[in-house]
Amino acid sequence: MTLKQSPLDAIHRELGASFTDFAGWDMPVRYTSDLAEHHAVRTSAGIFDLSHMAEIYVSGPESGAALDFALAGTLSTIPLGRAKYSLILSEQGTVVDDVVVYRLGDDEFLVVANAGNRFPAAAAIRERAANFDCVVDDRSDDVALIAVQGPNALAILEATGGLDSDGLAELGYYRCLPRSFDGTPVLIGRTGYTGEDGFELYIENAHAAELWKALSTAGAGHDLLACGLACRDTLRLEAGMPLYGHELSLDLKPIQSGLEKVVDMSKDNFVGREGVMAGVSAGAVRLVGIQSEGKRAGRADYAIHSNGRTIGVITSGALSPTLGYPIAFALVEPEFAEPGTTVDVDVRGTDIPAVVVPLPFYSRKARS
Amino acid sequence: MSIPTNLQYTSEHEWVRIDGDTAVVGITQYAADALGDVVYVDLPKAGTTIAAGAIVGEAESTKSVGELFAPVSGEILEANQAVIDSPELVNSDPYGAGWLFSVSVSSLGALISADEYEDLITE
Repeated sequence: MTLKQSPLDAIHRELGASFTDFAGWDMPVRYTSDLAEHHAVRTSAGIFDLSHMAEIYVSGPESGAALDFALAGTLSTIPLGRAKYSLILSEQGTVVDDVVVYRLGDDEFLVVANAGNRFPAAAAIRERAANFDCVVDDRSDDVALIAVQGPNALAILEATGGLDSDGLAELGYYRCLPRSFDGTPVLIGRTGYTGEDGFELYIENAHAAELWKALSTAGAGHDLLACGLACRDTLRLEAGMPLYGHELSLDLKPIQSGLEKVVDMSKDNFVGREGVMAGVSAGAVRLVGIQSEGKRAGRADYAIHSNGRTIGVITSGALSPTLGYPIAFALVEPEFAEPGTTVDVDVRGTDIPAVVVPLPFYSRKARS
Repeated sequence: MSIPTNLQYTSEHEWVRIDGDTAVVGITQYAADALGDVVYVDLPKAGTTIAAGAIVGEAESTKSVGELFAPVSGEILEANQAVIDSPELVNSDPYGAGWLFSVSVSSLGALISADEYEDLITE
């Protein structure tokens, strides 16, 4: 199968990136060093190409009502310029995808879905919106996404030539503003997936390369580093953010992943409501954070032991670049989900002592 | 990517520098780049007997784990403490300060030349 190429592909090749197949896209996994890129986002800033993400626009008089029916949260009442994290649930109340929804206008929303779930997410929204007066338009192939993340992100956007940055300094977290770059519309959200302050910029493909270059030029004086998907994964893991296919899946209900608050049960009717109402069995696994000793990280699919018995499995894990010790998400039997519970991580045959800890592992507020 | 011609290689991406009865072993630049930043190495201890082709250790990066295969049979003389303390040496200087262990060689494994290794990784 031919991999899809980002509109920024030529720039990545010029920068000497290493590539990986991510959900059918040929995307940069790193440019130089995962660790250097990770630390840049924590201490200065990083620029990411996220053009593989799916952009699904819902517009029309009943678009808010359609999303209230299609998604787990209430979107119809969020103010203009607000972003909200939400879930697409199956009829059974398990997770089809996790999404961020931006309110672009009274009658227009943007739903950003994972690249790997583009088609199931777009199909679910389209099918569920069919009886509402709205139009669902999957523009994933036309829209590029560039993220600038890290403490210097605001200064970089303000210094970017051609970018209208009015109001960005005052823009709150999970808010968005329609702006322009050299006359081309760009949607700027103060959102991200790294645990740092930062922005995500949506722009049509044809102008993405110019925007990347302008941001990079402005970033040169602010220690901006081009960042690949490898460090994006360790950054989001430290920040305790789930990744679909690891911490979220069609086998898990939101409560198991700690996302029950994302589901608005006060809504009378939405897809997945009955499934969520049915609850989970008494022994259903729960998502927890695990911190282990030494330097050997547990990784996805490694077993969690207690007194030699397997009581869970790691869904994502790494030696935390910021914290210096191994961290992991794991699904464990409910009696082992309490923070402070000691367990062992089976690292390729060796039991490494570990403890259940509260999420997130890293928070920028706690550090500063 | 330059591949030193004074070394021998394995299809498992180790390099071997043979000097008399002693072999010094590391992983290639290609392997180090593929792993990403190495953050932990598990090396065989001095005095351990190793058999060519067997798994004798690991190199872990933030994203993955690579197993280390013994390129020769013999007895471990020394594990590189500098790499145990600073695993990033494997990325920054794989053919120099990032060497992994040395072996008193009893017999060689299946080694290939620099040219053959280059063919292998450019396939």
